[in-house]
Amino acid sequence: MPRQIKIVENILSANDRLAEENRARLDAAGVFAINLMASPGAGKTSLIEQTLARLDGRLRVAVVEGDIATSLDADRAAAAGAQAAIQINTGGECHLDAVMLRSALEQLDLSQFDLLIVENVGNLVCPASFKLGAHASVLVASTPEGDDKPYKYPGMYRGVDVLVINKIDLLPYLNFRMDYFRRGVEALNPGVLTFPLSCRTGEGLSAWVDWLIHQARAT
Amino acid sequence: MHELPFTQSLLEIALRHAQQANAQRITDLHIVIGELSSMVDDSIQFYWDIIAKDTIAQGARLHFRRVPAELQCMVCFNKYRPQQGELLCPTCGSVGAKILAGEECFLEAIDIE
Repeated sequence: MPRQIKIVENILSANDRLAEENRARLDAAGVFAINLMASPGAGKTSLIEQTLARLDGRLRVAVVEGDIATSLDADRAAAAGAQAAIQINTGGECHLDAVMLRSALEQLDLSQFDLLIVENVGNLVCPASFKLGAHASVLVASTPEGDDKPYKYPGMYRGVDVLVINKIDLLPYLNFRMDYFRRGVEALNPGVLTFPLSCRTGEGLSAWVDWLIHQARAT
Repeated sequence: MHELPFTQSLLEIALRHAQQANAQRITDLHIVIGELSSMVDDSIQFYWDIIAKDTIAQGARLHFRRVPAELQCMVCFNKYRPQQGELLCPTCGSVGAKILAGEECFLEAIDIE
């Protein structure tokens, strides 16, 4: 007999379930994890390098690098002092998903770390749709991208827990209206924790690093 | 935009529910997609024809119910439907609207035999 079954199940729920499993695994090991997202060239890898340099061994850090190809970023993270750096090549996929992070976590002895930094593929659209199980999603914006990005990529700006504004040392040379940018952010994500900084000059980095230490010690 | 993982997940959910109901065949899937979720029907259908092959869902018809985006301005509280992706409030020009509808992405029901 033909009949209909009511379902009402979110179609991307498989990824969400795996993300929850990743989170449970991180929680069990007491590892604080961040999912770092940005457009290509915003300075994600530079931020990781500068963060590692300033942490100076106060946290044991693992880095997972998502890229379409190459291990350049994992090499940079390892050279900067990460205790472990794992490269995930997505082979064309424009974002990391919970399955990819799970396979990276399986390569790590999580009890040896306090902080996990996941560097997502450079992209301001797709990574926002795929939860990984990290405790905080962090968007690295940079001033040369322009002040209209919150208006053009609302999905990304709406969903993040923390906003880093990198390359503030370039502000005198750019037509970047900080108030316009922040109005767009505030509208989509009121009260989002924001760290304006420069990976080149080091300005603002200590507040960011202090926040990471605080979060990692509380996890 | 992510039609392949979407379609794989769609098949997995449909097969799981059909199995629980001891179905011999899945004939129709009723899918709800919000305007803001950026899924393309034709592309889902294309992947579906490939990945549902040799399952009890082979040949099932996909029905898409599109939910238009609806926003409410948090400054003047006007409700509006964004035109051509412009999210600003058309009445007062403010940003920061709350999304009331348009982000849906779920399998509502399946027809089985």
